[in-house]
Amino acid sequence: MGYAFSSGYTLLLLLFGVFPAAYALFLAFTKAGQFVGVDNFARVLSDYRFLPAVQNVATYLVVWLIVQTVLVVVLALIVHSIGVRWLSSTVRFVYYIPGALAGASSVMLWLFLLDPTVSPVSGVLRVLGLETFVQTVSVQNLPIIFTIIAFWTGAGGWIVIMYGALNNISVEVMEAARVDGAGMVKTAWHIQIPMMRKWITYMAIMNLAAGTQLFVEPRILSQASKGVVPPDYSLNQLAYLYAFRQGDFNGSAAISLLLLVVALGLAAFFVLRGGLFERD
Amino acid sequence: MDHRDGGESTTTPTEEGILMGTQHRRSALLLTASVATIAALTACSGGSSGTVDDSFGFAIAEQEPDSPITVWVDASREPIAQAFEEDHPDIPIEIETYDGNAGGSDSFRTKIALFDQSGEGWPDVVFSTQTNDTSWAAQELNGAQPFAAPLNKGYFDQEFLDGFTTGALDPMTVDGTVYGLRNDLAPVVLWYDESLLNEFGYEVPETWEDYLALSDRLAAEHPGYILGTVGEAFTATYINYWGAAAPIFQLDGNTFSSDFSDENSQRMTELIDHMLDNGTLVQDSVFGAEFVTKYADKIVAMPGPVWFSGALFQNPDSLNTAAGRIGAANPLHWEGGEEVTGNVGGGVWYASSHSKNLDAVETFLEYAISSDRAVELASGLPAYDSAADQWLATQSESGYYVGDFAESVSTAASSVWSGWGFPSFSIEVSYANVVVPGLAAGKSLADLTAEWQEEMENQAQVQGYTVE
Repeated sequence: MGYAFSSGYTLLLLLFGVFPAAYALFLAFTKAGQFVGVDNFARVLSDYRFLPAVQNVATYLVVWLIVQTVLVVVLALIVHSIGVRWLSSTVRFVYYIPGALAGASSVMLWLFLLDPTVSPVSGVLRVLGLETFVQTVSVQNLPIIFTIIAFWTGAGGWIVIMYGALNNISVEVMEAARVDGAGMVKTAWHIQIPMMRKWITYMAIMNLAAGTQLFVEPRILSQASKGVVPPDYSLNQLAYLYAFRQGDFNGSAAISLLLLVVALGLAAFFVLRGGLFERD
Repeated sequence: MDHRDGGESTTTPTEEGILMGTQHRRSALLLTASVATIAALTACSGGSSGTVDDSFGFAIAEQEPDSPITVWVDASREPIAQAFEEDHPDIPIEIETYDGNAGGSDSFRTKIALFDQSGEGWPDVVFSTQTNDTSWAAQELNGAQPFAAPLNKGYFDQEFLDGFTTGALDPMTVDGTVYGLRNDLAPVVLWYDESLLNEFGYEVPETWEDYLALSDRLAAEHPGYILGTVGEAFTATYINYWGAAAPIFQLDGNTFSSDFSDENSQRMTELIDHMLDNGTLVQDSVFGAEFVTKYADKIVAMPGPVWFSGALFQNPDSLNTAAGRIGAANPLHWEGGEEVTGNVGGGVWYASSHSKNLDAVETFLEYAISSDRAVELASGLPAYDSAADQWLATQSESGYYVGDFAESVSTAASSVWSGWGFPSFSIEVSYANVVVPGLAAGKSLADLTAEWQEEMENQAQVQGYTVE
């Protein structure tokens, strides 16, 4: 019976997950069906767009991972410390709402927020010296913009998860801390955060995987800004251009594999440092 | 880039943008691979299994005379396809509406790349709002025969092809072979506001030099009034540089070159910088909300394509200028230089070389290009001479324009500078991500040309062109 239930998923996983991934592996090392070694990788690496794309994604990842981790943990601690029940649950609900929007539609919403001519917060933009949409979406601002968008859509869900993790910390431990005279900050720093370590690592890994695959936000901004945001801003966009603009599926697969290797390496680092699979 | 042929604006994401959205960051690895998987599962042979038919100049598929033809059109071209269906009940036709390949969406190319990969499924006729698709559609991709069928090697009557306005088929011609039929022309004319010119006592400028001199007078005497914008990727490029016969975007065989040190290029760069300085050229997009509120009554003159008429002046959602104010004058040119002009787009019809019903395709295309219904339904200047004459006569009779509208437009239509190249990448991309933000940050165009040129050359290299 169990097999029957899981077979549908397994079939889809094989068809749309495993098989395509294997096919990408095949494509990355071949050209027109012939084995070509690392030719595809060499071509991609020497592309003038490759390094800037790596740089863009890396900058975004650094900014975003730090902001996301720090703020989510702090906000979760704050929400957890709210004693009033209805207020606590309302806050959690409000945090969660933006996450319920699909990625593309939330970017559409930000298109309006970022354009000083129509933005409801145009005052803020003008104070920052941004008079036009073109200035707002200039390349050096993008890591910040994508961080804000990603935080706004994704943080709520993580705050709810962290809240659950905080609830898991036993009452005795918290009580002991209070008896020892630890205030809110000390409790958080010495008790709660160390005990949430695995959860924080888990969040970092999931965010890393999502962040390296940056695609929707720059693509929509690129089209909306009529190209001021370059169509090859992120690595995934470059892979997309390779496949569909240049008809070079092999190069596209090579980029995807490079991305996979880097993301796996970073994830492994987090897993080992964060002790995700250690048992207590 | 939108409104390229009088169609509608596309600041919203395109079909594939939305598709990407719902997949929300599923990696391109998965996307690419699953697409390719389907291709691998369904494909046995890449390429059509036809025989070379010397009389047409390409390998034609086995013909099935009664098979339906699939026609891809954008929303603006849907009426003509439906009219064909009514007038030719004997030819089965399937009309599919897509985004028209507008605004750099690349949907035409994306889809054909997938059909090439799978070896089947091509549409019979495609309309594209972009003018440069021939650069890839005439080339073999991943082993499949080039999508665009050669049209002047025996397929279409030469007599029919000769009916196009001179130069209209140039962008679709590679080494003497014609791969597409131009739907409409978009030559640049000089739009002017007669009431403002009369009020200020100015003459309609005839040359770029007049235009530059007018800008100084206007800036001094009536600050706040403008003579155009360079905030959109198609304006400075296709209107100014192309119209100035500046060789910044050239293709010779497989060699791409961009020369900003040429005299024409330099003079145009200086002209733009000068007019940005004195405030008569602005950086707003003509399709932006602010352009209308700020400049609706302040445009004294502005070089622009013929389709500005419907897209800006006669558009209730845009400038909505009253009748009897706006006129189209002959395009600007350098004093003593060749009298040439630029061009901003114009849609193209392609016939598929994989079609199983080439006769029906021919009938359809001739109908869409030159029939009376085509003239009636045209939203811009038709590329076919006889159709253009009828269309211009109708426009002139409407009485909206001052001056000799038909005369100026036909002059412009036959004087588009032929030196401009049509490679498989667009100059708009490099302008948009180098020049637009640079100008917004306060740099001058002269400061940016080196970087702009480098970006173009890089793109050319990636697309497989030799760079000179």
